[in-house]
Amino acid sequence: MKLIIIVLSAIFVNNFVLSRFLGICPFLGVSKKVETALGMGIAVTFVMALASVMTWIVQIAILVPLKIEYMQTIAFILVIAGLVQFVEMVMKKTSPTLYQALGVYLPLITTNCAVLGVAILNIESKFNIMETLLNGIGGALGFTLAIVLFAGIRERMELAPYPKSLEGFPIALITASLLSIAFLGFSGLL
Amino acid sequence: MINELLWPTVTLGGLAIFFGIVLTYASKKFEVKTDPKVEQIRFLLPGANCGACGYAGCDALAESIADGSASVSACPVGGTVLAQKVADIMGVTAENSERMVARVLCNGDKENAKEKYIYQGIEDCKAAEMLAGGSKGCKYGCTGLGTCEKVCPFDAIHVINGVAVVDEDKCTACKKCIEACPKKIIALVPVSKKVRVLCKNIDKGKEVMGVCKVGCIGCRRCVKACEFDAIIFENNLARIDYEKCTNCGAAQRSVPLIQFLMKQNRKSGFCRFF
Repeated sequence: MKLIIIVLSAIFVNNFVLSRFLGICPFLGVSKKVETALGMGIAVTFVMALASVMTWIVQIAILVPLKIEYMQTIAFILVIAGLVQFVEMVMKKTSPTLYQALGVYLPLITTNCAVLGVAILNIESKFNIMETLLNGIGGALGFTLAIVLFAGIRERMELAPYPKSLEGFPIALITASLLSIAFLGFSGLL
Repeated sequence: MINELLWPTVTLGGLAIFFGIVLTYASKKFEVKTDPKVEQIRFLLPGANCGACGYAGCDALAESIADGSASVSACPVGGTVLAQKVADIMGVTAENSERMVARVLCNGDKENAKEKYIYQGIEDCKAAEMLAGGSKGCKYGCTGLGTCEKVCPFDAIHVINGVAVVDEDKCTACKKCIEACPKKIIALVPVSKKVRVLCKNIDKGKEVMGVCKVGCIGCRRCVKACEFDAIIFENNLARIDYEKCTNCGAAQRSVPLIQFLMKQNRKSGFCRFF
């Protein structure tokens, strides 16, 4: 039961983009088309799941025994960056199709704050490894949901008449804030 | 004191070295051999990733050129200068193909083409197309709402007086407007060929005259006037075979009702409508 709540909470209630405001850069940058937004979402899911588990292991096995938890941020960035690079190389060799679908987005995620955010939140919430994994996947699915919804809205906005002064980012930011307000409705869910 | 400094340094250093070794090993172990030509070509390409070539970006185009599936002159932005350089790398001579430009095959502007209703919906041809094929009486003609204008990355196509017109100096033949046009009335033609049939209406002459003053009514006088068999007549519509056309202009002089556009003709009044 607790596991289901963690996933639902990560997707809807504490949505990474719309409630925690993490990962805004790809959220605004890669959301012009539903197709690319979905690609980005899948890549984030992949990396977030891996990164949550890896950083959790690093925290428990290295940082805690040595009592240097305060080095968390920098150690996690190192782990995530190394991991993404490694995954990219393996993917390029073993599965060119998957690489073609995700390859463009992978380097972009290296420095995505949502990935670092999920890693740190996992530790703060004192999750065990299963909960960590699910929180990572749930958070990433929430990110995917938000970015795909947003891309769908933006695709339609392209065709709608709106004031010239709002063209581009201003209208995107207004749209994002409205979407964020809409997600507030989930806050009483759990 | 020494522990507080030592452990973080050792740990982070250790982690970094560990990842360094793993990544170095992985890059050897999982190395994918790429053609050195890909790198060289990629370096020459503009790098704007505009997608005008039809590939996912400059990287994808470079790969396609290197393995031979794309032509050396595939990048429309770089033009012939780039094509020459790429051809040098690939060891072939760039075919001196003539520059192509897009042309909108409709001349039914607001004065000449009748509207069948007043459209007030979304400013987009595809949306208008769903409402009984657009507001223009001629169902083959340009809707004039500028979907092509929005997709053009080079600011080369504009709706002027209800009809899209290509700025041939700016056009790079990237085909984006051709894909976007719901009426399919935009075609690629060699830039030097000035004779064109600006109509796609395949209805009978009487019906064409009912909806548009400048449509092709299929009288075939241009076909007879052409000495080079360059005008093909099919489906009640004249079409020009650009391999044979010599820009002689005989067709315009002979056929007042078929709309050919030639700037000098417009001035000298060969054609009734220009």
